[in-house]
Amino acid sequence: MSAVTAAAAAVITRSFTVSDTVSGPLTADSLAGAAYIVAGLLFILSLAGLSKHEKARAGVIYGITGMVIALAATIWLTLQDAWGTGHALTGLVLLVAAVLVGGAIGLWRARVVEMTGMPELIALLHSFVGLAAVLVGWNGHLEAPDLSPDLTAVHHAEVFIGVFIGAVTFTGSIVAFLKLSARMKSSPLMLPGKNGINLGALAAFMALTVWYVNDSQLWLLIVVTALALGLGWHLVASIGGGDMPVVVSMLNSYSGWAAAAAGFLLNNDLLIITGALVGSSGAYLSYIMCKAMNRSFISVIAGGFGIAAPAAKGDADQGEHKEITAQETANMLINASTVVITPGYGMAVAQAQYPVAELANQLRERGVDVKFGIHPVAGRLPGHMNVLLAEAKVPYDIVLEMDEINDDLDGTSVVLVIGANDTVNPAAAEDPSSPIAGMPVLRVWEADNVVVFKRSMAAGYAGVQNPLFYRENSQMLFGDAKQRVEDILKAF
Amino acid sequence: MTRIGIVAELGRESRVAATPTTVKQLLGLGYEVVVEKGAGEAASFRDEDYAGAGALIVGADEAWGSGVVLRINPPTEDEIGRLAAGATLIGSLSPGLRPELVEALAARPITALALDAVPRISRAQSMDVLSSMANIAGYRAVIEAAHEFGRFFTGQVTAAGKVPPAKVLVAGAGVAGLAAIGAASSLGAIVRATDPRPEVADQVKSIGGTYLKVEVAEEMKSTDGYAKATSEAYNARAAEMYTEQAADVDIIITTALIPGRPAPKLLTAEDVAGMKPGSVIVDIAAGQGGNVEGSVAGERIVTENGVVILGYTDLPARLPAQASQLYGTNMLNLLKLLTPEKDGVLRIDFEDVVQRSVTVVREGEKTWPPPPVQVSAAPAAQTQAPAAESTAPKKKQGPSAAGKAGLFAAGIAGLFVVNAVAPAPLPQHFTVLMLSVVVGFYVIGKVHHALHTPLMSVTNAISGIIVVGALLQVTSDNIVMQVLAAVAVLLASINIFGGFAVTRRMLAMFSRGEKAHS
Repeated sequence: MSAVTAAAAAVITRSFTVSDTVSGPLTADSLAGAAYIVAGLLFILSLAGLSKHEKARAGVIYGITGMVIALAATIWLTLQDAWGTGHALTGLVLLVAAVLVGGAIGLWRARVVEMTGMPELIALLHSFVGLAAVLVGWNGHLEAPDLSPDLTAVHHAEVFIGVFIGAVTFTGSIVAFLKLSARMKSSPLMLPGKNGINLGALAAFMALTVWYVNDSQLWLLIVVTALALGLGWHLVASIGGGDMPVVVSMLNSYSGWAAAAAGFLLNNDLLIITGALVGSSGAYLSYIMCKAMNRSFISVIAGGFGIAAPAAKGDADQGEHKEITAQETANMLINASTVVITPGYGMAVAQAQYPVAELANQLRERGVDVKFGIHPVAGRLPGHMNVLLAEAKVPYDIVLEMDEINDDLDGTSVVLVIGANDTVNPAAAEDPSSPIAGMPVLRVWEADNVVVFKRSMAAGYAGVQNPLFYRENSQMLFGDAKQRVEDILKAF
Repeated sequence: MTRIGIVAELGRESRVAATPTTVKQLLGLGYEVVVEKGAGEAASFRDEDYAGAGALIVGADEAWGSGVVLRINPPTEDEIGRLAAGATLIGSLSPGLRPELVEALAARPITALALDAVPRISRAQSMDVLSSMANIAGYRAVIEAAHEFGRFFTGQVTAAGKVPPAKVLVAGAGVAGLAAIGAASSLGAIVRATDPRPEVADQVKSIGGTYLKVEVAEEMKSTDGYAKATSEAYNARAAEMYTEQAADVDIIITTALIPGRPAPKLLTAEDVAGMKPGSVIVDIAAGQGGNVEGSVAGERIVTENGVVILGYTDLPARLPAQASQLYGTNMLNLLKLLTPEKDGVLRIDFEDVVQRSVTVVREGEKTWPPPPVQVSAAPAAQTQAPAAESTAPKKKQGPSAAGKAGLFAAGIAGLFVVNAVAPAPLPQHFTVLMLSVVVGFYVIGKVHHALHTPLMSVTNAISGIIVVGALLQVTSDNIVMQVLAAVAVLLASINIFGGFAVTRRMLAMFSRGEKAHS
């Protein structure tokens, strides 16, 4: 370690990373650093555990252990540092109170949340990370450590960047939460020149950063916070409801980068490691979602999709749809040899997962081969449908993803489309002029019979007409999905 | 409220134009329904069943006197006379083949709709009686052939020796042909099929047949959904193929029809003579002149070399209950279109291409033939040219390879510059950040698709690690900082506790099949 590094580290008021800890063995700092390494590793193991259902629960244990180690080390370190001073006591009281209150709220929300309300909860949790990052950043400004000019500049930039990312995450997540919980219209907000607004905000942010690095005024920090809050709001407000899975995972990613930025600010490697893990996790999920919709990440973030799609194609003369009753559907299902159920957001809205699971169960008992086909962007959260079906105790080995089931759909006796629309739209595969052309979809129309559960003939989120409804082998079962599935169960 | 009359058919016709099921739905359209006594008997629908569905059972005169009369076969001269003035007759009238019938209908102040004249557009498929009857005919043709054929369809190896599977040739892969291919292959036969339209090859394959292509330069595209007449060269090559096939197969089912023209002759007398004794030919087109030389409409012929030629024209009527049900549903769908208000009042809208096409006579005025409807049943005409494009929808192109390489290089260079000029602790942080990002991508890439929601909630929980930052600030000597830090701690705690708890709750729900069933 160079002398420069050692000198720099020594003047930073609190430096806890392993690399720049210079004190001897077994000091508070070195112990904390070691604990952080262990915690970081445990977090990685925690995420790795999710690769298989069997290991997933162990993964959560790793995560919790890591968190306990990290917190214990930090609290001990903080207290040791400031022990005996008056403000340490206030700090401790505040700390305990905050953890107790926060923990209680967290546990309570986690216990009562409906599985269909998962996207809202997750969006809300993202906003907390964002706000916490803003607060930490502000404290970074107030703290104003005694540093060499070079490092002061770096410190200021870090404060600024951290606050910016945190604030964008905060308002973005709030808007996502409002949209998901239907407290705000889910249609995209369309301000004129919205790309200009976004780019302008970024440019302004850069200019302000330079200014703040040279002259760290509090009002600049206030301005940039306001700017970032506005940008986060606008970014997510201009994204349509159908793109919510991407938005939520994108905000997940932002909350990670906010934590990483705080890590830079506080010289804390654990924050950087964790932030980077979360950030890359969210980015990767967004990437998967975008690939599943055959869209570029940029266009989704910029909210361009809803505009590119003309509401419906000119030839409204799609033909006629056929209706079917619950009784007829029940007969069809009993006589089927293979049934595939493809749920969508409509199933979540109607809370139909329990009757659907019961339907699958009864059919399986009658010897019908039942499988579920899940489109990657079904629902409003990556993996949303899986969670709902798991809640209703559908065994996970009959829940397959699109690529696993698509080739089997040809030859399936009956496909039940429950509250899905764009993810089963044949126009995506067959009509090159369709706004969703090229998006991989579940090829349900290749099955012998398709029964579509739908409330009305309205178009899906993408605003695209669905020719599936007019196919010769498809029939519509109108009404509330839950009610209709229960009718079928009665008809058995 | 208009009264609909279901009248009995004449002669050997066993079908009926409405079944108790469709009667109920006709009532739902606001009509009153009367059924001629015994109309459904031959199709196993009893008068009581109709009465139970809500229809009145009446005598022939009263049924013919209804405002709307539903029929299967065209009416005779006498029957036309029995229609009330202003009445509407709906049935399979084949107006294109029977101009004299159209004249006779136009001589009365009535309206006549030909159900068999619906255009072949997807919207009208639910009323396409030709397709629904052809489907039955194709199936029944195989059953008739099996009845005449002295052998199994399926191949077997038994203790009493080996049984070869029957070989079936289906000429024409339209609705009837496809139904025949399906029925024959599900009985276990080896099925081959011919058709001048190459695009049906996949359909043939999909239901278990082998498509025999006539190797000739010409290709046929259909704009109206029906096959057209073929060229000389094609016919010559096809004739050779039929001769070869006739000598090889045991059963031939011919379904080739060209609308408005006599059926093409596919098999000559020599071809038939070349077949094995005991072979069976079913000529579904016999009513329109026949595809086979020597077939007689409505008759069973045995040739000198022992080949049975069935020229039955009443194949759909040989499955009367099924045929009536499908016919009745087609009829119902037309009436749904004609009764948009569901008020029991029939309105004909000439702006609508389907309604215009089926109308042969309107209030005593001849409206046949209708203007041609240019629609493609299969979107062949347009897709042929940009086929490559439309079959493989374009994936959206990301930046080009060179662009990507450029971006990558710029990113690397940027990282290098930042680390080269940044003061001391930054490069180390970047090292950590970079490695963590890479680790993150690899770890997340392996996460099971179904566990993406738990993944999000667990990353949510661990991103609550920002609490560490707040913890370090909570013991500051600045009270503002302490409060801000405490708020941050509170928020992050919600995340940590809530995130982990909800993840545990979700994961506990995922269970494997055996457990859930035990």
